[in-house]
Amino acid sequence: MSKQPARTIKVETLARVEGEGALYVKLKGDQVQDVKLKIYEPPRFFEAFLRGRHSSEIPDIVARICGICPIAYQMSAVHAIERALGVEIDPSVRLLRRLFYCGEWIESHALHVYMLHAPDFLGYPDAIAMARDHQAIVQQGLRLKKAGNRIVALMGGREIHPVSAAVGGFYKAPSKSALKDLVEELKWALDASLATARWVAGLDFPDFEQDYEFVSLSHPEEYPFNEGRIVSNRGLDIDASVYEENFTEQHVQHSNALHSVLRGRGSYMVGPLARFNLNFDKLPDVAQQAARDCGLHAPCRNPFRSIVVRAIELVFACHEALRVIREYEPPSAPRAETTARASTGQAATEAPRGLLYHRYVLDQEGLIVSAKIVPPTSQNQKRIEEDLWHFVSQIATRPNEEITWKCEQAVRNYDPCISCATHFLRLHLERDST
Amino acid sequence: MTLRIIGCGNCDRGDDAVGVLVARRLHALGVETHVVETRGIETHGVEIPGLEIVEHSGESFSLIDRWTGSDRIILVDATAPSGTPGQIRVWNVPADRLPEDVFPCSTHAYGVREAVELACTMNLLPQILLVYGIEGKQFSFGAPLSPQVERAVETAVQQLLELARTMTAPAQVARD
Repeated sequence: MSKQPARTIKVETLARVEGEGALYVKLKGDQVQDVKLKIYEPPRFFEAFLRGRHSSEIPDIVARICGICPIAYQMSAVHAIERALGVEIDPSVRLLRRLFYCGEWIESHALHVYMLHAPDFLGYPDAIAMARDHQAIVQQGLRLKKAGNRIVALMGGREIHPVSAAVGGFYKAPSKSALKDLVEELKWALDASLATARWVAGLDFPDFEQDYEFVSLSHPEEYPFNEGRIVSNRGLDIDASVYEENFTEQHVQHSNALHSVLRGRGSYMVGPLARFNLNFDKLPDVAQQAARDCGLHAPCRNPFRSIVVRAIELVFACHEALRVIREYEPPSAPRAETTARASTGQAATEAPRGLLYHRYVLDQEGLIVSAKIVPPTSQNQKRIEEDLWHFVSQIATRPNEEITWKCEQAVRNYDPCISCATHFLRLHLERDST
Repeated sequence: MTLRIIGCGNCDRGDDAVGVLVARRLHALGVETHVVETRGIETHGVEIPGLEIVEHSGESFSLIDRWTGSDRIILVDATAPSGTPGQIRVWNVPADRLPEDVFPCSTHAYGVREAVELACTMNLLPQILLVYGIEGKQFSFGAPLSPQVERAVETAVQQLLELARTMTAPAQVARD
């Protein structure tokens, strides 16, 4: 029997993911020996330096964790602190928060679908190369992203790191007329999202399915953003207050980001695919029909189809934004008054990339005693590695260049947001013939 | 005829802040007639009619939006270290291509150079696009500005003021 050559494949700069990381794949013959998603970006110690800050400062500080999904951090923070302080928010504020989140989902999903993930499927190294052949498509993606930016800028005071979210509501509530100015562009965005779904549904998807435990929020009446119980397709059904009794974080030597696992069960998946599979019946008719037209049915277990799910969530977010604007009446006060007390509050909301958990312990003055933040990418890390174990096994006989390309594409199924600093993921694929 | 100067960068990453600091210095001099900053603040000055000053993170896709509505754009950004910190270089796009190794990336590896490339590809370039690159020395988290780069801020501001006066002068407009 001939000895199979050792193969080492390195992707030195896999861009189009957020943060600094590397991927290491070791093959012995065509058998996968090891997969490590190495996150070497330095720890950022946010949980530590929140200690001693006043709870009212937290939404603005945690917004700095990510330039792509600052609203998610703000929303999980304000809900956790409001639960600690027993604050009831105005129904109009609740609506505004949904609109705020719609803006973030639209800009984040448009960025990922068009600029970060589509080039993988169409065989281009990046969106710039793709634009040479698909100018109208890229233009559509840029305009969609801009529609989301407009919501965020209006609601948050600025597009990046918005400053309006507050414990109890917002520092300023928009007028009805200001929201109505968004309507025409959102109507276009809804149509464009439907076109996006049709377009991405026609891409070529690798034949790859896994038996995932999907985890997301679930609300009795709504596709989830800010509220709901944490559920899974394997019977998990808990309030955020007992999140830490059910999930735990593990340190692994090769990553500066903790791996989150379900206690006694292991890896799980959060994000668009999980939300879609667990909440399909809560999508508006237009989004459900768009999914059916795309041949997308819940449960979908092919992670490569997450690009289609993101397009369906674009349809949902545009439709939901228009609904909120139609129903909106300004609140009597933009935010509820709060009274400090020694307490603990936990909350989870749905960031574009999935469940985002926050827990804060406050003292009697409202200062932060301790904080815990579990972002979606931390929760998906172990699952990404497991996907690669199985996926590389399927394609191990292919040339190194193709394996590398496909691995990058598989990582981007999760739209990983390693941080908001620099942006390189290096893939190291090693073949051992012994 | 308007001229928009867009200062790009991240103030928390050492010399990467230089584009933003140039914009802030111009803003402090009160030279612009209208400013639309990422902070959402608007002010009004009078010294050079038609000049607008903008701060931006450098993220490609929203950067392209920032030059919409103006046919004359000057981008100011830090360039990668090559042994001459504070050196100012100017590229006249599209005649000059921005070198790949000179402009540091921004979010998801889409920064100023990628914005310019994408706009070239999609016919979204303004009539005039000058890119003002100021060479940085170090880009660490929370690092201060290098002394050479700090000195280059003032040099760049004076050069840009001169350029702005020329580009917004009525005679220049008439030729167009």
